[in-house]
Amino acid sequence: MDLFRDKNFNFIKNRKIAYTISAVIILVGLISFIFHGFNFGIDFIGGTLLQLKFDKSVSTAEIRKILGEFNLSQSTIQKLSENEFVIRTENIDSEKRKEILSVLKEKLANPEVLRMEAVGPVIGEDLKRLSLYALFFAFIGIILYVTLRFEFKFSIVSILALLHDCLIVLGIFSLLRKEITIQVVAAILTIIGYSVNNTIIILDRLRENIKFKTRDIFENLINLSINQTLTRTIFTTLTTIFPILTLYFFGGIILSDFALALLLGMVAGTYSSIFISSPLLIEWNKIFKVHQKGLKINQKKKVNF
Amino acid sequence: MNWTKTLRVASVFIVIFVALLLSLPLKEKINLGLDLQGGSHIILECVDTPNAPVDNDAVNRALEIIRNRIDQLGVSEPLIQRQGLRRILVQLPGVEDPENAAEIIGKTALLEFKNEDGETQLTGAHLINAKASFDQFSRSIVLIEFDKIGAKEFGEATKNNVGKILSITLDGKEITHPRVEEPILNGKAEITGSFTVDSAKQLALLLRSGALPVKVEILENRSVGPTLGRDSITKGIRAGIAGLIIILIFMLIYYKGFGLIADFALVVCMILIVGALAGLKATLTLPGIAGIILTIGMAVDANILIFERIKEELKLEKTFRASIDAGFNKAFSSIFDANFTTLIAAIALFYFGSGPIKGFAVTLSIGILASMFTAIVVTKIVLELVTNKFSSKALL
Repeated sequence: MDLFRDKNFNFIKNRKIAYTISAVIILVGLISFIFHGFNFGIDFIGGTLLQLKFDKSVSTAEIRKILGEFNLSQSTIQKLSENEFVIRTENIDSEKRKEILSVLKEKLANPEVLRMEAVGPVIGEDLKRLSLYALFFAFIGIILYVTLRFEFKFSIVSILALLHDCLIVLGIFSLLRKEITIQVVAAILTIIGYSVNNTIIILDRLRENIKFKTRDIFENLINLSINQTLTRTIFTTLTTIFPILTLYFFGGIILSDFALALLLGMVAGTYSSIFISSPLLIEWNKIFKVHQKGLKINQKKKVNF
Repeated sequence: MNWTKTLRVASVFIVIFVALLLSLPLKEKINLGLDLQGGSHIILECVDTPNAPVDNDAVNRALEIIRNRIDQLGVSEPLIQRQGLRRILVQLPGVEDPENAAEIIGKTALLEFKNEDGETQLTGAHLINAKASFDQFSRSIVLIEFDKIGAKEFGEATKNNVGKILSITLDGKEITHPRVEEPILNGKAEITGSFTVDSAKQLALLLRSGALPVKVEILENRSVGPTLGRDSITKGIRAGIAGLIIILIFMLIYYKGFGLIADFALVVCMILIVGALAGLKATLTLPGIAGIILTIGMAVDANILIFERIKEELKLEKTFRASIDAGFNKAFSSIFDANFTTLIAAIALFYFGSGPIKGFAVTLSIGILASMFTAIVVTKIVLELVTNKFSSKALL
């Protein structure tokens, strides 16, 4: 059994289509970002989160009415089940929390506090800064590593592919009004590490092909490398996506956005590894008028891509 | 089987054995994070007030007083740590009432006795004891006792205010305003007010541990109840097992005999991860569980790379044995590069992440290392053992 055996898809010839698809998705995300920005979670902007389980079923409207008494009617209330809710409000102090809980108990039902998170704006700013540092150092680390192991232009296309993946995930999160939490940042970091992984495997194969198949033109070598590693790329993505799906469906509310970010990132990462990063090498060569080793030898064969 | 082979097989079994030894029984050997066992993570910051600017000494004294208060709350294995110039980190595993705990920790608890003009006559600085009790009407009260200096000051204060009100305030809020009948010279007093049994106990605790030298603010408080913690563990394990089973079946269907070997390597990988977590005394958090689940998928990646490579080598009509060797050799650099970049991201996350997220960086890093070991070493040893009994048809 071999799903992609001896398949020879022409990724290079159709690369413009892939560029267009990516550009459209990124653009839609960007427009969403311009119009309503990110929905930062309390990790980053400060605020209070209460996950409550009532001893009987209550409605979102009833909770909102009571929050209104405390001038908190703008809070988001997420219903997890008949009697379980996550409430996110602005930052409120312990006294006010106690009051709210006692009024809920009096007028609705007895709430059990499953989770309480109160984050001040100072901590939020700190986390924002640290997250940016983490992203920055991960990017720098990966650029350095790929440059050391391969060539500079390989690392540039890898990074472009990474940016592409991050932009898609962030764009979709903006579009879906999903919260950007510290976990989403962790997911994006993981995607950065993982997506470059797929790209590297293709580039690694390309490097090998350049070494041994010097008679072939560069475009063909890229296409060959993508095709040779296609089964692996798709299978690895599948085997990584299966556990992420189980995490999304069975892992509970706390991890679901994390799993979603990972899922989107894995799909975007696999897509960019196949359709974007290696084909970009051709663009690089065109822009900087580089004649790749293979290309030089076969210059007489005029092939239009 | 020759000696080196035997030795290699034995070493793999020893590694598995050690990992099992380190990690069993799981309940005792694995440190659970606050998000899994329930508890509070609180970050306090000492802030300047006109009367009490923050200095290094004040932060240290505040930390000691907070430690004192937490000890009296009876939390087992609390973590109280200074962070930077002004911050104090407090972690209270398994605390029953997080809201109340945070309140007790953060309260300044400055007790003052004020005369009718609002002038402070004395403070609670010279208290040697405070306890909750009941008066003759069985109302809750707090009994306090001053040391010698305090007793003298208290004597003065009461003498100067006979027949007048001497109000008692806590952090500027009046608790009660008794009229002084006669001077009290023995240094003992009782504070009545509208106390419940609990609030009297709480005040006594605060007074015993002393007032904080500076004002502290709660910057962050993340608390998880034990119910949700247990629930998270159950859900995490369920998601992990479901993911594991899907992968095991997928590999078995697609790679048959080789898949079985990869499955074996994957199970070994899981054992090693848990063993390393226990051995390093790392803390397992909910994102940490997610890291392990993610590793399940990533771990087989190396095997897929190797198997695909072996298939290609077989296509070149090499012998089975030579194909296996070439497959491993050629796949190695890809496997190493690919895992290394994920490791870079995990390390960045470890350095800049906080709390539970650090747990994700830890399990992800351990997972990457363990999976490289199992996919490359364990798989190869098992493959070599069975090469003779195995035909290359099983793979193709």
